Amino acid sequence: MAWLRSKLLGIVAVLVLVYLFVPIAVVAVLSFNHPQGKYNTSWNEFSLSAWGNLCGVAGVCQSFLLSLELGIIATLVATIFGTMIALALVRYRFRGRGPANALIFLPMATPEVVLGASLLALYLNLKLPLGFWTILIAHIMFTISFIVVAVKARLQGMDPRLEEAAQDLYASPWQTFRFVTFPLVLPGILGAALLGFSLSFDDFIISNFASGTTVTFPIFIWGAAQRGIPVQVYALATLVFTLALVGTVVGQIVSSRRRRKLASSA
Amino acid sequence: MTTTAVVGPARRRPRIAYLLLLPGIAWLAIFFIIPLISLFFTSLQVSAGSSGKYKAGFNWHNYVDAITEYWEFFVRALVYASIATVLALVIAYPLAYFIALKAGRWRALMLVLVVAPFFASFLLRTYAWKTILADDSVITQSLNAMHLLPDGRILNTSLAVIAGLTYNFLPFMILPLYAALDKIDPRLIEAGSDLYASPFTTFRKVTWPLSMPGVVAGTLLTFIPAAGDYINAELLGSTKDKMIGNAIQTNFIEFRDYPMASALSFILMAAILIIVTVYIRRAGTEELV
Repeated sequence: MAWLRSKLLGIVAVLVLVYLFVPIAVVAVLSFNHPQGKYNTSWNEFSLSAWGNLCGVAGVCQSFLLSLELGIIATLVATIFGTMIALALVRYRFRGRGPANALIFLPMATPEVVLGASLLALYLNLKLPLGFWTILIAHIMFTISFIVVAVKARLQGMDPRLEEAAQDLYASPWQTFRFVTFPLVLPGILGAALLGFSLSFDDFIISNFASGTTVTFPIFIWGAAQRGIPVQVYALATLVFTLALVGTVVGQIVSSRRRRKLASSA
Repeated sequence: MTTTAVVGPARRRPRIAYLLLLPGIAWLAIFFIIPLISLFFTSLQVSAGSSGKYKAGFNWHNYVDAITEYWEFFVRALVYASIATVLALVIAYPLAYFIALKAGRWRALMLVLVVAPFFASFLLRTYAWKTILADDSVITQSLNAMHLLPDGRILNTSLAVIAGLTYNFLPFMILPLYAALDKIDPRLIEAGSDLYASPFTTFRKVTWPLSMPGVVAGTLLTFIPAAGDYINAELLGSTKDKMIGNAIQTNFIEFRDYPMASALSFILMAAILIIVTVYIRRAGTEELV
């Protein structure tokens, strides 16, 4: 009984983690299903046909590649812009900091459906043709704020004496940034970029407003939901999830090894 | 919102700061602020004869129509989102507490696992609850055996919508809670028990108040997207469980009633802004970002 009580918190914590993964496990299991009828919602029999033929349904792979492309470009632009904003906010004193902070906070405090509706209102008023570019604009817009918050946290956690030391040693501001600040915040920037990519790649609500007839991966899933989502979609989602999870865990291990090495050599 | 403390060298040089801010801030001004203004003018447009055509005007009546026609959708959105937020807080707190104060060398791995659901499709995860909560599923059958379900089922009821909302926005609750709990000096909690406070009293008088910034940030980051969501109601609920997000998206995309959809969006924004302001005042913390 005493053992149970001392371990209770840990048991609850693990149960909550399991809860987070239950639907993902369902998706992974259903990717090996041969569904009876058109809806892939209950287990029928084991099959590898979807995994063996990932592009086997019309439109799946086009939409998947489009989302990949959108995600990469949007992340790249938003990460550069967001990192610049974070640097300005943490490292400089200037007028207008309050409004700048508010402008970064507000998109995160606005429901996605309102962000999507307002962008579509603008696009319609300007008579812009909806498609790749209008989606890309939207993705960059809602990703920037999250990048700023993530990079800002990293910059604030940095020891300011490292930069001071560089300047004492006659490094120019650019050299200080290039050789001291940037390498130190790089892991934070990469983490923020990964978050940005997953937000963009997975976005449905805003994209659905901004897309017109262009079909991203989430829009494909939504459209297919009425007719039954192809098993290939489950397999592709499982593949992305596995790759991202393995990548992050390996990255974590490498960076903690490096930190331990640095600590022991110091 | 906190004003960030300026640390490190190069404190004055506002020109560089403005250059650094320019592209990102300009992007947000053009593609976030101007669309909102555009949305506001759209919400006041007048119908111009045929459906789907509108002309500029100051038709405040759109707002009256929006409220009289859709007030139930607003109520549902706010009630479902509130319940989901409270449930998420109760579920997230033990995990965030464990990661921050007890996890030791497992901390980094557990944090990765908390954000891992973001790598799996939101739509498919929500759709998976259709399988988990189906009428012949273990959960529904066992709850039915205990006569706990008023409708005899979960799927296609408001229960499923609330369950989906709770699940989908849980990481947004866990992360700020973890960040706040991580900042607490464990010695403060030890001091509580050294002074003969029961674990419960220590929690109520020390841990909980110190974690308040995380509770406020987490509840807001859960409540706001949940109140505007329409995917959970669409995939897991019945037609009687639709939320305001559903009304905005069908009016905008299917009915092409842009003024109505825009007015609904503004009312939702205003409602959220009022709730958030009152809530932050009452919670007594201005620290958010």
